[in-house]
Amino acid sequence: MQYLEGRKYVVQAIFLAVALVFATRLFYIQVLDGSYKLAADRNTLQRIVQTPYRGLIYDRKGQILVQNTPVYDLMVVPREVKQLDTLRFSQLLQLPLEEVREGLQQARKFSRVKASPLVQNLSTQELATIQDNLIDFPGFSVKARMARSYNTHTMAHALGYVGSITPKLLERPQYSKYQPGEFLGITGLESYYEKQLMGRRGVQYRMVNVRGIEKGAFRDGEYDTLSVAGQDLHLSLDSELQAYAEQLMAGKRGSVVALDPKTGEILAFVSAPMFDPEMLSGKGMGNRYMELLNNPEQPLFNRPLMATYPPGSTFKLVNELVALQAGVVTPNTPFACNFKLVRCTHRHEYPSNVGIAIKQSCNPYFYQVMRATVLRGRSSNRFEDARLGLGEWRRQVMKFGLGQKLGVDMGQEKKGLIPSPEFYDKRNGYHRWTYRTVYSLSIGQGEIGITGLQMANVMATIANRGWYYTPHFVRGIGNGGPLPEYQVKHTVGVDAQHFEAIVPGMISVVDGNGGTGINASLADVGISVAGKTGTVQNPHGDDHATFAAFAPAHDPQIAIVVFIENAGFGGSSAAPLAALVIEKHLRGKIAPWRHRWEEWLPGPADRFIKRRRY
Amino acid sequence: MNSLPARYNRSIDWVTVLLYLLMVGVGWLNVYAASYSPDAPDDALSSLSFGQLMDFNWFKQIVWIGTALVLIVVLLVIDPKAYDTLAYGLYGLMIVLLIITPFIARPIAGSRSWLELGPVRLQPAEFAKFITALAASRYLAGINLRQQSFRDQLVLAGLTLLPPVLIIAANETGQALVFAAFLLAYFREGMSPIILLILAAGAFILILALLVPKLWLLVGFTVLLAIALAANWRTLRHYIPLSLGVWAVVIGMVFGVDFFFNNVLQDHQRKRIEILINPSADPLGVGWNVTQSKIAIGSGGLAGKGFLQGTQTKFDFVPEQSTDFIFCTVGEEWGWLGSIVTIGLFMGLLGRIVYVAERQKSVFGRTYGYCVASIIFFHFCINIGMTIGLAPVVGIPLPFFSYGGSSLWSFTTLLFILLAIDAARKQDLERY
Repeated sequence: MQYLEGRKYVVQAIFLAVALVFATRLFYIQVLDGSYKLAADRNTLQRIVQTPYRGLIYDRKGQILVQNTPVYDLMVVPREVKQLDTLRFSQLLQLPLEEVREGLQQARKFSRVKASPLVQNLSTQELATIQDNLIDFPGFSVKARMARSYNTHTMAHALGYVGSITPKLLERPQYSKYQPGEFLGITGLESYYEKQLMGRRGVQYRMVNVRGIEKGAFRDGEYDTLSVAGQDLHLSLDSELQAYAEQLMAGKRGSVVALDPKTGEILAFVSAPMFDPEMLSGKGMGNRYMELLNNPEQPLFNRPLMATYPPGSTFKLVNELVALQAGVVTPNTPFACNFKLVRCTHRHEYPSNVGIAIKQSCNPYFYQVMRATVLRGRSSNRFEDARLGLGEWRRQVMKFGLGQKLGVDMGQEKKGLIPSPEFYDKRNGYHRWTYRTVYSLSIGQGEIGITGLQMANVMATIANRGWYYTPHFVRGIGNGGPLPEYQVKHTVGVDAQHFEAIVPGMISVVDGNGGTGINASLADVGISVAGKTGTVQNPHGDDHATFAAFAPAHDPQIAIVVFIENAGFGGSSAAPLAALVIEKHLRGKIAPWRHRWEEWLPGPADRFIKRRRY
Repeated sequence: MNSLPARYNRSIDWVTVLLYLLMVGVGWLNVYAASYSPDAPDDALSSLSFGQLMDFNWFKQIVWIGTALVLIVVLLVIDPKAYDTLAYGLYGLMIVLLIITPFIARPIAGSRSWLELGPVRLQPAEFAKFITALAASRYLAGINLRQQSFRDQLVLAGLTLLPPVLIIAANETGQALVFAAFLLAYFREGMSPIILLILAAGAFILILALLVPKLWLLVGFTVLLAIALAANWRTLRHYIPLSLGVWAVVIGMVFGVDFFFNNVLQDHQRKRIEILINPSADPLGVGWNVTQSKIAIGSGGLAGKGFLQGTQTKFDFVPEQSTDFIFCTVGEEWGWLGSIVTIGLFMGLLGRIVYVAERQKSVFGRTYGYCVASIIFFHFCINIGMTIGLAPVVGIPLPFFSYGGSSLWSFTTLLFILLAIDAARKQDLERY
């Protein structure tokens, strides 16, 4: 029996071994591993982030455009749902039974004990119908949240929209403070001014139990901060003018950008086709977004900022200014309308000075103007001469803000393209090209790409005779002015006298005998418009029509560029459309005899094309 | 014949009594903390009636402790010889009770195992432990330990296995598993250690089979067999069939685990084991209990958050926190030091019980003592093990700590029968 007594040590050793394992394990999870403490805080410490009231958006005249309205999410905690009559419940929500079952399944999959949204974005009216009955359904609750609502059906591209933050954005450091599911500006001004509109979050630390029921403040609110509402934005956009321009652009693709040349403020900003900003807000937003995204007309494409086209004849003005500043031509330099150089638009009077050349949009004239700028005998090698000349030309052209981002207060802006000598070196080979290769640039065709906004800024620069403020949408943030970068005057390095030299030509485009832009004339109401038509060659279909102008010519208050895709000659569609917008802005009304234009212009672009019958 | 108090004053094992009172006291503090609601106004308690007070678990626990103390007196008054004499009778009664319970009990929490006598609810399975311990001790005392016949062993095995089988039938798997503890007591009384080793090795292989890819195990065990044979060819060549047999059984187990896992275990049991292997799976569902339990204990730190300051237990993150998961409150509010003290208390009590058992002159007393130690140890193992993620979630209470009359009475009875037997041992000495 003696040998069995030794077994008491074995038994005790087993006891001690288990105790030792427990003590070690406990030491590990309680003392060494800090993650359980964090998990405990995550459990009970609810960091309630108070999303501040998002800033409102007003138009130029103080009319409210974008505001906040409460919407409601129906939340469910699956574990607390007791004996749910799904049929009655789905009738109450006015949702198909299947959808309710599916939603509950999803919520259960997410968590049985934590709340997840069953139906989102309920309006106050929709909530009212279900709220009283909700008491019969334990486990369901309503969470209020602010959503954007719109007082306008226009300027969707400028305003942009807000949506819940994507997982991808959440990973970026500048969005580190955002919670999953939180809303932020996705595009347009909502996105560019996110910081100002957002305001400052308030944070409250609350102790909660397992059901998320509050059990009081953490350390008497020592760490809590109050939220600060976002700042309001005061836009330079005039919603009346905007609506008018949008109405005229109906049915077309293209853009209208109108600027106040004296300040760089954007008065109207149309990207056609348009859509209602309300489409990207509230219940069903996701579906409507997909509809817009898949629309072949690409309504989501922000054309004035993103579509780069060759500017066409309107660019001749820039070339003339560059040549005048370089001193290679004078306003009175004549060049023959020589069809051997380049085909001209039409037969016209002899371009004995720049005024006639602009009025008639004479291609050979500007071919020779740019040639005079580029080929100046800087090198005895004619290839090198063209290289050096084009480089010099490009540097001057870029001072107009072309070929680079202007810095408008909106993302997505495209640089456009002012081709460099290196561009042609790469395409044609070093010293394998000369002016003859690049002459299309002289008439604004070929490789060159310019956005509508950039062209409007060129018009503002000409209107100001040599300077511009960077175009911007927001003229006031909160009670302050615009961002500081919009209060800096930029000069383009061309003397004022040279601008004075081309303005008469631009006036004669509109008001002169045989001008290409006579459809834009407002002489009958005493407004002199200085403008330039353009027709952009389009290898894929009908040419694009464009018209750039400012008015009144001697005290400019508006600079405008109209671009209509596939509408052919700029004088027949873009010019009258620009005139209407100018008149609306300057007079606030339209002369009765121009109502025919108002009726005729809206609609598809192909009606403007005069097709030759063969 | 001395008066009863005088009799026990000299002979009762006061160390055990002291440890018992300490554990019940500390246990009550934690039950109070676990059922304490920071919202409820404290000052109103005095105005509450008895019935209203009975809504609080901590108050009911006072009642259970009070009745347990009465029970102790009753147990000490009874002549200790009665336990020996009545062991088989009680055992028979218990078997009958276990058989009829599922038929007369109302279903509570998924099992028909609770008998209701007025306001008191009893679980016969709780009392099956000490009654089986008594019967097994009596049986072992009556046979020759040196020359146990195969028949004796079979009877003993049957005696031990019948109650758990009946308990499993009532769907109280946790309580049935406790009977495995008897192996430890039988080991002390001469059961071959090979049985323990085989069981340990079997458990080890089962766990390996769940964690390690089967093919690796197949290769591993085959290589192991080859190495063993090669290294010790001289002796082992006589046992080649046996070696191959062991190898075959091991491989069979490895591949049988899946069948057992998928076809024998019930769904909830399978999930509890899955959680043990992969604790992060389904943390909001089946893994909730263990995840939250570990968070509560782990957040206690070295010294704990302080009495009544636990947030995880206060705010109901840990389910069943005053019964099966009472150790969470210990870990959260008293930290690692409190946990160590608790473990120390159990070690002290178990050591003392072994000491008391060893000083028994009768096989009956000693075997019973070891049964007591083993049963308490098993509860300690599984209960604390599950709260820190080392054992599957099996619903058995932590002795003397967990809230509940049935379990407190059962453990009190278990322990104090031993003390009564122990006290009588001294009297026997005095008498002769």
